[in-house]
Amino acid sequence: MWLLDSTNHQSLITNHISLAAFDFSVFLRPSPESALNNLSYLLVGLGWSLLLALGSWVVAFVVGSVVGVMRTLPGRILPSIGACYVELFRNVPLLVQLFVWFFVVPDITPILGDWFKQQVPPIWQEFIAGTACLGLFTAARIAEQVRSGIGSLGTGQLGAGLALGLRRRQVYLLVLLPVAYRILIPTLTSEFLNLIKNTAVASTIGYLELAQRSASMAETTARVYEAFTAATLLYAALNLLVMFLARALERFTALPGFLGGDK
Amino acid sequence: MAFDWSSIPGSLPILWQGMIVTLQIALVGALVGILLGTLLALLRLSPSRLLSWLSAAYVTVFRSIPLVMVLFWFHLILIPLVVGLLFPGKRLELGFITALTAFSLFEASYYAEIIRAGILSVTKGQFNAGLALGMNRRQVMRLVILPQALRRMIPLLLTQAIILFQDSTLVYVINLDDFFRKAYNVGNTVGTLNEMILFAGAVYLVICTLASGCVRQLHRKLTVPAREIA
Repeated sequence: MWLLDSTNHQSLITNHISLAAFDFSVFLRPSPESALNNLSYLLVGLGWSLLLALGSWVVAFVVGSVVGVMRTLPGRILPSIGACYVELFRNVPLLVQLFVWFFVVPDITPILGDWFKQQVPPIWQEFIAGTACLGLFTAARIAEQVRSGIGSLGTGQLGAGLALGLRRRQVYLLVLLPVAYRILIPTLTSEFLNLIKNTAVASTIGYLELAQRSASMAETTARVYEAFTAATLLYAALNLLVMFLARALERFTALPGFLGGDK
Repeated sequence: MAFDWSSIPGSLPILWQGMIVTLQIALVGALVGILLGTLLALLRLSPSRLLSWLSAAYVTVFRSIPLVMVLFWFHLILIPLVVGLLFPGKRLELGFITALTAFSLFEASYYAEIIRAGILSVTKGQFNAGLALGMNRRQVMRLVILPQALRRMIPLLLTQAIILFQDSTLVYVINLDDFFRKAYNVGNTVGTLNEMILFAGAVYLVICTLASGCVRQLHRKLTVPAREIA
């Protein structure tokens, strides 16, 4: 499964000590997937990385919001369930969680697990396991943000909403969450950036995302510098793009009356 | 599918060897990371434009790349290159050195941001008071600012160390036998992969839950109550 097992990489390196030998033409040569050249091969990998990040983000946002809200509710049971969720997903390494979703869960799920292992194409098996893992892992972090976001609004807004005759569910959906999300945009942005970086962990189960593709391109072309430099730059570019979009979203949704609100 | 836990007691000695590797990476990564991170934070806040920019660039570069990618760079390029220049012709076992170096330098960028924020959280009046007492910049930093900043930062630094302890599992991608990799290998050979993955997860869960509980206690103890200051 893993491609970077080369024991002779020292000799591989000595050919590349001079940076002047940076060979751009390698990107136009056929890739491990021979229909594509190496540049397109990496770009497709970037696409798979982004797809995994977006899929996981949907899971993380929904689950994280629910768990975060649970932790702010009155009573004992729901807040402690939320707290247990956060502790569980924060205190197990991401790699271990990924292996649990990829190896263990399909084995112990009756019927659905067999269907998953026999009928689903490998790339989608990896994608689904990766989405479940990264989504639920990131959800624990988003839950903490949502909880502190709602907490930062104080009890006044909740009280005002209830006094107006709204139900608690309505106060959360119409008053607290819309304001909390707007305040949280910067921290949610950095969670999304973390999520993009974490997608590289999915390379360990053979998901052909950017990092994994750069490794296999390095292996087949013996051009390690070129492959890793390109992948690193692509990650950096995606980072910048997300930050730029988030900045725009932040300006668009800015709330007057909050720090950073009026500009 | 039924679980078969019987292979775990016998494999504990092997797993313990892996745990030692994991602990070494986490410990060295945290210590070197904090030292280097402090240096980076001080450079970042220094009056020199160039040093400040260099420190910012270091932090930004490391923080915008996935850890897996960083490990690739160190595994296949940087460490073989440096070792090749220092000890030409020798074949050394580089996995462990690679992990120590990569984690130390990578974590330094995360520690730098924590420490910078900690220093900035000390009020400007403290700095000026130190200068007014006749200390120079370095003395004020060392005797006035850093002790206060450190007190505030300790919980965050320890939390980051717990994250580092968990992230060290990623040495999987450079084929280093840490705790998790050992568990995975045993599971693969014995045919109890599921049990081994779950067992390893449980071990991490227990250690990290206990550790973060301790950090929370410490945080409560270290917080200086407001009236004590006033």
